[in-house]
Amino acid sequence: MNASALIAEDEPLLAENLRAELISQWPELRVVASVTNGEAAVERALALRPDVLFLDIRMPGMTGLEAAQALAEDWSDDAPFPLLVFVTAYDQYAVQAFERQAVDYLLKPVTAERLAQCCARLVRTLDERKAAPQAVQQTVDQLRELLAMASVSPAAAATRLDVIQAGVADTVYMVPVDEVIYFEAADKYVRVITANKEHLIRMSLRELLPQLDVQRFWQVHRGTVVQARYVQSAHREESGKVVLTLRGRNEKIVASRLYAHLFKGM
Amino acid sequence: MSSAADINRPNVASFARHGALVAAFNVLIALMLSYVTERPLLLQMVYSEAIGLSIWAFIDFGRFAFPRDPRTGWPRGWRGLALTLVGIVFGWLLGISIGDAYCQCSTWELLSYAPRRFAAYVTLTLVVSALISLYFYNHGREQRHRAQLAEAEGEASLSKLTLLQSQLEPHMLFNTLANLRVLIGVDPPRAQLMLDRLIAYLRATLNASRATLHPLSAEFARVDDYVQLMKVRMGERLLPRLELPSELAAQPVPPLLLQPLVENAIKHGLEPNVNGGKLIVSATRDRDQLVLSVRDTGVGLGESSGDGTRFGVQQVRERLVTLYGDKATLELGSAGDAEGGTMATVRVPLYSP
Repeated sequence: MNASALIAEDEPLLAENLRAELISQWPELRVVASVTNGEAAVERALALRPDVLFLDIRMPGMTGLEAAQALAEDWSDDAPFPLLVFVTAYDQYAVQAFERQAVDYLLKPVTAERLAQCCARLVRTLDERKAAPQAVQQTVDQLRELLAMASVSPAAAATRLDVIQAGVADTVYMVPVDEVIYFEAADKYVRVITANKEHLIRMSLRELLPQLDVQRFWQVHRGTVVQARYVQSAHREESGKVVLTLRGRNEKIVASRLYAHLFKGM
Repeated sequence: MSSAADINRPNVASFARHGALVAAFNVLIALMLSYVTERPLLLQMVYSEAIGLSIWAFIDFGRFAFPRDPRTGWPRGWRGLALTLVGIVFGWLLGISIGDAYCQCSTWELLSYAPRRFAAYVTLTLVVSALISLYFYNHGREQRHRAQLAEAEGEASLSKLTLLQSQLEPHMLFNTLANLRVLIGVDPPRAQLMLDRLIAYLRATLNASRATLHPLSAEFARVDDYVQLMKVRMGERLLPRLELPSELAAQPVPPLLLQPLVENAIKHGLEPNVNGGKLIVSATRDRDQLVLSVRDTGVGLGESSGDGTRFGVQQVRERLVTLYGDKATLELGSAGDAEGGTMATVRVPLYSP
């Protein structure tokens, strides 16, 4: 079967042009969908299982990198993970990281020559993959490095939070961070879970993260940050996920394959 | 910033340099005195170094006991002079004590049997110390002046560079060029229009600092260039509306004053919003004030990523203060209606000829 591709690009002219140039340079490629934001990219990629994913980095909502992360976390192992090609106009740090991790990327404006090189490489990789199927693991390792790079933003010198202030109607509850067992993203909010209470704060996990001590609060999933000392045990499942049992809470939380490496015996 | 602080802190290298210079000068004095008085060179050397270095130590270290003038590194006004005089007296007293202890004699005895020689020594000490102090004072002032000048120049060019960088943001530029490249292939007339807009935008950005004021209609035209460039990129996600009543079109305003506010509205308000939204730039009159507002229906202030916004807003504020003092204001807040988003409002005095 011919290779399939999905394009995620928020600028309509650029998306249409990438599709047209791909068709002329790689006639066998089927562009199965073109989406304009990260959330849609994840959703369509999970449904359509394309072989190649062209991801613009700066998109409204989720960035291309975040979409790749979400996809890697939710991907089931019965189909090979899409080959990723990041597209950017100017993100010098990201480009350095792509070079280091040997991740495919395109710089806008995309020249025909550069696109041809990229397509040739994708064809080669897809052929190799047919001969020897690869697990999602290699991509996961690359993504982990890219995300680590993205989270070290120079502006993130925020002060550490000591107390979470959670407002409910006319009352503000002061929750010491020591007592927080885990944080969970809920759309534009974050759920704050302690041994016997649950609060909602009006803040995204992305905004909250730089204010937490990374030694104590471990991100284990794109939507979950757990305080390490409340993790009682971690159990590795065959899918590569790790299931965490908590002290003080009965529910279990899942560490995605991107963060499974955190839970290793000493 | 750091260099000014450094230069006012006690600095081992500069003390060592001063000390060495004084010591070398003392050798010259000792040679000269020994030649004139025909007394042993070693003895003259001990006196000369003891007196010279004591005075130098009193003055040079004593400087740090007082609040100092950052322009010279010396205590302000009469305190500097007083320090020098007191330093010479005490340094001389300490110096002759050391010398007397070495030769086991007393300089004070000179007072009774050779008062003229005593007076000559005192005068020599006074004159030489005063000259050296004056030299150090002038030298320090010059050095500080140079350092401050270099620092001021550095700061000025840094702020100019940041301004230019914020206006010619590479991400915006390369994305615009990418769109232009596509348009050249599919719709050459539209490509030409877009290129004209880009040229006008670049010309205005690079010229902005040179003209002090231009008519509001020109300001709106520049805003329109930028908005139309963004419109090609964002398509239906950007719904711009520019409202300029004709009676306000000739009002003089600083060039590209609104640019950072419009950029913020798009970059931090509308671009991050999946569905985009409206951008409304308008001019109205409120009694004797010209009110310019930039409003978007984007994600709102809480979601935006601080730094970029702050620089743009700070830049507008600084320009307003420079031009209008406290007669102009900039307010940035949430647009208080159902559509949400952010509203920036600039108020400047209305110009009436």
